[in-house]
Amino acid sequence: MSSVKQILLTPLFENNPIALQILGVCSALAVTTQLSVTLVMCIALTTVTAFSNLFISMIRNQMPSSIRIIVQMTIIASLVIAVDQFLQAFAYEISKNLSVFVGLIITNCIVMGRAEAFAMKNPPVLSFLDGIGNGMGYSLVLIVVASIRELFGSGSLLGFQILPLIENGGWYQANGLMLLSPSAFFIIGFFIWAVRSVKKDQVEAREFRMASQSTPDGAF
Amino acid sequence: MEQLLNLFVKAVFIENMALQMFLGMCTFLAVSKKIETAIGLGVAVMVVQVITVPANNIIFNHLLREGALDWLGMPELSLQFLGFLCYIGVIAAIVQILEMFLDKYVPALYNALGVFLPLITVNCAILGSTLLMVERDYSFPESVAFGLGSGFGWALAIVALAGIREKLKYSDVPEGLRGLGITFITVGLMSLGFMSLSGVSL
Repeated sequence: MSSVKQILLTPLFENNPIALQILGVCSALAVTTQLSVTLVMCIALTTVTAFSNLFISMIRNQMPSSIRIIVQMTIIASLVIAVDQFLQAFAYEISKNLSVFVGLIITNCIVMGRAEAFAMKNPPVLSFLDGIGNGMGYSLVLIVVASIRELFGSGSLLGFQILPLIENGGWYQANGLMLLSPSAFFIIGFFIWAVRSVKKDQVEAREFRMASQSTPDGAF
Repeated sequence: MEQLLNLFVKAVFIENMALQMFLGMCTFLAVSKKIETAIGLGVAVMVVQVITVPANNIIFNHLLREGALDWLGMPELSLQFLGFLCYIGVIAAIVQILEMFLDKYVPALYNALGVFLPLITVNCAILGSTLLMVERDYSFPESVAFGLGSGFGWALAIVALAGIREKLKYSDVPEGLRGLGITFITVGLMSLGFMSLSGVSL
């Protein structure tokens, strides 16, 4: 039982796919201007990761290793097609908003990375849980970023006005930068800083160390 | 011609793949520590883009889109739902062919690009520009210009970032920000810089 819990929870903080492994960053930045769009993207990615892990793990012993990448790609692409068709049928507006990013789940490194690193070595049920865990780790970062961007960028959360805007007679001046692309980079940068301030062991080693300063009397 | 040039400039600066559209971020952050490797990867992405985007354009226009299979007597058939599977297959195949071709005929370039070629299959900038091309319904010449422009823009961005990171390693960065954190903030600042070009048009 403890291993199940471990598989589900380590990707959240200890081994977060975005903050630590730098996987799947592209979509994390691009779909986070509105919280509702982000939630759909998170659900889509978690579903694809979980099921691709499940199916790949099921056939891992029958798959010749020389063609495994192609097989994995095909499984992932088929799952993404299913998700995309589902979104177009039941949430057309949001699917238009996500534009190419649903398709880009195929090349999202989290999906491939987990298939290669975990599903190829572990039984189906554990792999399925690992997919859900990593999907949640991804979702955690995305939801934090999207909440900050939507709250300060347009004063609302999930479309409900939280901070009344000046245009509508309130007091909050919307921060337009939050809706533009650079803010996403800054927020993730600071998020990583926050995580690493708590988890000191994730701090990267220095690449270059300055020589210690010479004493004043050494100059003469 | 003017329109194609405009499309190229737009793809390089205004809709820069890495800094404005956030595509290919994983490799962008992971392989930008040295200028030489960044140039190698940038060139490889550009070459693959110029070939795959027009190739996928042909496949989309002549096989997948609604009415494209008219000549088979199936005018109402639309295979667009197979899109993702076809595009990723084409990209993987072209990368593989390119790798074998370079190995045989241009070994110098093959050795220079080395490990980056296979990595490109899973670079989302490549699949991303194909999907954008389909979404915007580009014609064949437009897709060539767009592929070249988006590849060049991505290469420009990664070489610039590698240049900054080579200098950045000498600076005294706060502990938690070291490495990945400061890189994100640098990329954010670069993205701000590129935004100032957004008014440019020919």
